[in-house]
Amino acid sequence: MIKTVTAVLLAFGLATSVASSHAAATLESFKFTSGGDEQRFKDLIAEIRCLVCQNQSLLDSDAELAHDLRVEVYGMMQAGQADNEIIDFLVARYGDFVLYKPPVKPATYFLWFGPFVLLVIALTLLIFALRRQRRSMAEKPISATDRQQLDRILGNSGTHTDSDS
Amino acid sequence: MSRQLRYLLPLAAFLLLAGLLYRGLSLDPKLVPSPLIGKSMPAFTLPRLQDPDATLSDSDLLGEVFVLNIWATWCIACRAEHDVLLELARSGAVDIYGLNYKDQRDSAKSWLQQLGNPYVANAFDADGRTGIDWGVYGAPETFVIDRQGIIRHKHIGPLTMEVLNEEILPLLAALKAET
Repeated sequence: MIKTVTAVLLAFGLATSVASSHAAATLESFKFTSGGDEQRFKDLIAEIRCLVCQNQSLLDSDAELAHDLRVEVYGMMQAGQADNEIIDFLVARYGDFVLYKPPVKPATYFLWFGPFVLLVIALTLLIFALRRQRRSMAEKPISATDRQQLDRILGNSGTHTDSDS
Repeated sequence: MSRQLRYLLPLAAFLLLAGLLYRGLSLDPKLVPSPLIGKSMPAFTLPRLQDPDATLSDSDLLGEVFVLNIWATWCIACRAEHDVLLELARSGAVDIYGLNYKDQRDSAKSWLQQLGNPYVANAFDADGRTGIDWGVYGAPETFVIDRQGIIRHKHIGPLTMEVLNEEILPLLAALKAET
């Protein structure tokens, strides 16, 4: 049993390492004149989702389409196009879904601002609740009957003195 | 705020969230809506599959309602939908054009010979560059284009008789009725 589990884990580890080394190998085929350009390329494709394997970026993905799109992005960079031009090119073909960071527009207002709205609502409710609690505590000094009951429980037998001997 | 409402609010919030999540279960994340719908079809000029010396371009297709099917011999789902395409071609409802996507020319030709050819003509997109312009991310995909060259519908994944009868054919009839 343990042997099988080890074998499966080994196979899985091997498969993933082979996959990632393959992605790295294809990335190395892109030649850049400066390190800054290479970093710009990597930053850009890390922000773009591969539509075939949707939880991977163009930087990570081994899908053939991801490779084709890397070639496309590289070509546009070499042609001197700006990052936003390249992103517009991809969005025009594949939609906002290719962006890991969705654009701020009416359809995404709830997505972007919803959490902050909820946070403000929650904080407001919390402040109101705390204030009410403090007020109710301040407004109600302990009553005479409560005091008697308290003394009884504490074993002070009806008298309330400071000397305890 | 009345007392009952205060206790019902969290319940209402929970039901809303549960409803949203339940809806999410039945959505297929693989179906990404195309931003090309309602826009002019992307331009292309490609060699034809059957005759490398002749070209097929978007302007050749303009003027009639037509269907563009993206397919390849390496695509298993394309084989599954092939009979549906043959059926659509037989019905005479529309001209079907093909974009043979990142394929081997010989395999594609023998595929059509063996399984039957529903296409009026095929463009041969060897490097997938035209596929990128059309926003293709997985074959098969099927576009419906109107007389003005506007993309009116995109079906992602294999066509079935059900999709054909319920979505494609009614849409084709409506588009043909447009002047």
